[in-house]
Amino acid sequence: MAKRRIIQILTAFIYNGNLPGFIQGRIWQGSSKQLCVPGLNCYSCPGALGACPIGSLQSFVSGTVLRFPFYVLGLLILFGLILGRIVCGWFCPFGLIQELLYKIPSPKIHKNALTLKLTYLKYLIGLAFVIIIPIAFFAWDGVGIPAFCKFICPAGTLEAAVPLITLNSDLRSGLGLLFGWKFLLMLFTILISIFIYRPFCRFICPLGAWYGIYNKLSLFGIQVDKVKCTSCNNCVKICKMDCQEVADRECINCGECLKVCPTKAISFKQL
Amino acid sequence: MKKYLWFIAFFFIAFGIYQKDYLAVLQKAAIICLECIGIG
Repeated sequence: MAKRRIIQILTAFIYNGNLPGFIQGRIWQGSSKQLCVPGLNCYSCPGALGACPIGSLQSFVSGTVLRFPFYVLGLLILFGLILGRIVCGWFCPFGLIQELLYKIPSPKIHKNALTLKLTYLKYLIGLAFVIIIPIAFFAWDGVGIPAFCKFICPAGTLEAAVPLITLNSDLRSGLGLLFGWKFLLMLFTILISIFIYRPFCRFICPLGAWYGIYNKLSLFGIQVDKVKCTSCNNCVKICKMDCQEVADRECINCGECLKVCPTKAISFKQL
Repeated sequence: MKKYLWFIAFFFIAFGIYQKDYLAVLQKAAIICLECIGIG
């Protein structure tokens, strides 16, 4: 098994190490949840030991008190500066799930001009659902809502709603239209992940959009030796993300391009 | 640019810890998020 896959699986277990929670239908309430994990992992997953950065960010701009999220934003900048989108490629359980679904034999829709345009959607979704809508609701009636978690996040539905609702009859009694919408969205994400490589990460995830900004600045990640590069473009051709060049905003640093570079111009940055 | 971002990151984290923001994160993360599971 590839080193990256092992790290992805280990990360999923480390993020979700409260295994008894999956049997009891209860979530972890220990102090480790003061810290955000770098990847998208719902804090209401019964196994979750840390906090989801997107959920935490929204908790500051929703509810009845609006506060600037110094701590969470600081952590998000720090994760970006250290790892960039390595987080997506190596340390995100929801990315792993999508990659495994893509392994199911089926006709595949490869990257094209439309998918490239769709990559900008995640910036709009991030701005609208993580910042603007929560604050707009707060301004409108004094109570902000975590709009991304509430209306979109399929990771929350899969990792939290499905196990908790299966195990907890009290929660089942509260299900309604909203859950129906989120469940359909999750099913759609799962289904489309069989045909399209990591569609949620490429088109929807605000965390991927955020970390993409740091890809060129991050301490770790992929780099190109311009002297050795012959511009053969093998790296871009093999890439399943919508990269236009190595280590651009769409690069999740999976390292597939390293294998096809004829001059070994691509490498992981060394400290 | 990069230096400033490092400074901002550490300043934000330190100021957030000073304000006990981590307790707000814990408070949110330690109870079932009804919005996340599609109830709230």
